[in-house]
Amino acid sequence: MADKLDQIFILLRDWLIHFLPAALRPFAAVVLGVVAIVCVFPGLFALTTVFERKGLGRMQNRLGPNRVGPFGFFQPVADGIKSLTKEDIVPLSADAVVHFLAPLVLVVAVFMGFAVLPLGRNMVLVDMDAGLLFFFAMGASTEVSIFMAGWSSRNKYSILGAMRAIAQMISYEVPLLLSSVTVVMITGSLSLTKIVEAQNHYTGVFPNWYVFTPWGFASFLMFAIAATAETNRTPFDLPEGESELVAGYFTEYSGFKFALFFLGEYLGMFSISGLGATLFLGGWSAPFSFLTWVPSWIWFFSKDMAAIFIFIWMRGTLPRLRQDQLMNFAWKFVLPFTLLNLLVTALWRFMDGGWLRWVVCSAILAGAYVLMGRTGMARKNYGPRSYRYAE
Amino acid sequence: MSVIFFLVAALTVAGGLAAVLFKNTVHCALAVTVAFAGLALLFLSLDAQFAGFAQVLVYIGAVAILVVFAILLTRGSETPQSGVFSKSWFTGLVIAAGIFAVLGWAVMQSAHALPQQAAAPAVTVHDIGVALVGRYVLPLEIVALLLTAATIGAVIVALHEKERTQ
Repeated sequence: MADKLDQIFILLRDWLIHFLPAALRPFAAVVLGVVAIVCVFPGLFALTTVFERKGLGRMQNRLGPNRVGPFGFFQPVADGIKSLTKEDIVPLSADAVVHFLAPLVLVVAVFMGFAVLPLGRNMVLVDMDAGLLFFFAMGASTEVSIFMAGWSSRNKYSILGAMRAIAQMISYEVPLLLSSVTVVMITGSLSLTKIVEAQNHYTGVFPNWYVFTPWGFASFLMFAIAATAETNRTPFDLPEGESELVAGYFTEYSGFKFALFFLGEYLGMFSISGLGATLFLGGWSAPFSFLTWVPSWIWFFSKDMAAIFIFIWMRGTLPRLRQDQLMNFAWKFVLPFTLLNLLVTALWRFMDGGWLRWVVCSAILAGAYVLMGRTGMARKNYGPRSYRYAE
Repeated sequence: MSVIFFLVAALTVAGGLAAVLFKNTVHCALAVTVAFAGLALLFLSLDAQFAGFAQVLVYIGAVAILVVFAILLTRGSETPQSGVFSKSWFTGLVIAAGIFAVLGWAVMQSAHALPQQAAAPAVTVHDIGVALVGRYVLPLEIVALLLTAATIGAVIVALHEKERTQ
């Protein structure tokens, strides 16, 4: 029974395609998988927007949306209808073709990333040998669409937002890739299904997830920082800082094209959180060995949603960085630390198992963290904090 | 297979032609991106996953963005008054045709020079990785050294300008 529930979507797909002639079946299976992804994640996006607005409202001592439906939960429906019926305004001086193509390129590139994510046991659309590489290739092509949006609008806010976004995405893509490389070094494979399988066994009741090793924990933190910057979320939301740039690269978009940008941003969050869960948090595997009877897809989506909750929490908590702080943080802290972590991972790989490698690897990473933090802060000459109040 | 090849080839050639013929420099850069994407698809249709994804990651994710940055940071995307073609376009065309002819001839000859292989060798990403850090580790290190030198050079160029303004 538990097995049936675990594989329910696979069984459903097989039952649906057995009505078709045998020649069409592989094709139909792929189409069904694509349709499922294209339906489920935008549905999650609609839910996330209302939870985000309610959650931020709670953190800021206000109610959030509460007019449409019970507790305002049908707000995304109203938003969807609004964005579909709003007039689609294209500025007179804008480059119409590029302006039209930009949101499409973004959404298509972001959707492609889901093709290699294992959403559950056997639930992966394309089990590619180079899955991780494919994911990052698709992530890199979103930069082009952001440039297209900012440049084609012929608006100084848009072009500034696009330049900021691209500079930020390029700077943080390096640590993002380098922190994922550690997982590849230990697993010995770029295939995401193999990476999940390598973590899906237990010591006692506890799982062997990579986040519970010194190098994995450090990589996970660096990955989380870089992923937040890649998705332009607070505290790294300078490209669309509404108080300085209106909305950054999509200032000149209205109606459904704006909704597509919004969708692309949230889908990017879902996919990068899913990748983080796959690389470090065991993907679809259960957190304790006595919980393996719970269907695997429930675990994947729980981890994904937990990551989204943390994104929302940070948005309600942290202020926005300045541009120089953003760049200094990327190049002077995150990048050297990920490089050091690569060496520590190699050390972990070639040292004998046992407590010694735990002590050595943890000591190197913790020492480097404290040293880099101390020297970085000492250079700033910060005194004790002082407060000035408006008269 | 052949239908896909012709579609992708048409896309690639169209992207390349557009990159040469468009008036606006940024449009040209975006057209080059289309040509890069077409090349990546060609690699993928030949079952070369690593080459295809590396093409997307490096050329679309980095080179195209670099080109666009260079255009925007230097002289803007306005169409030059004198038109997009340089005066020596005919010489350029002859040289390009010559190189294409030599390459085409070499590719055609290789079918006779090498013994026919029964099946395409199955090269996985794993094999490429093993070869890179095994047999070809010295070229890899030399390339890494070259890139590091280039990075340091770029930093020095940037630093120099900053000192002069102070």
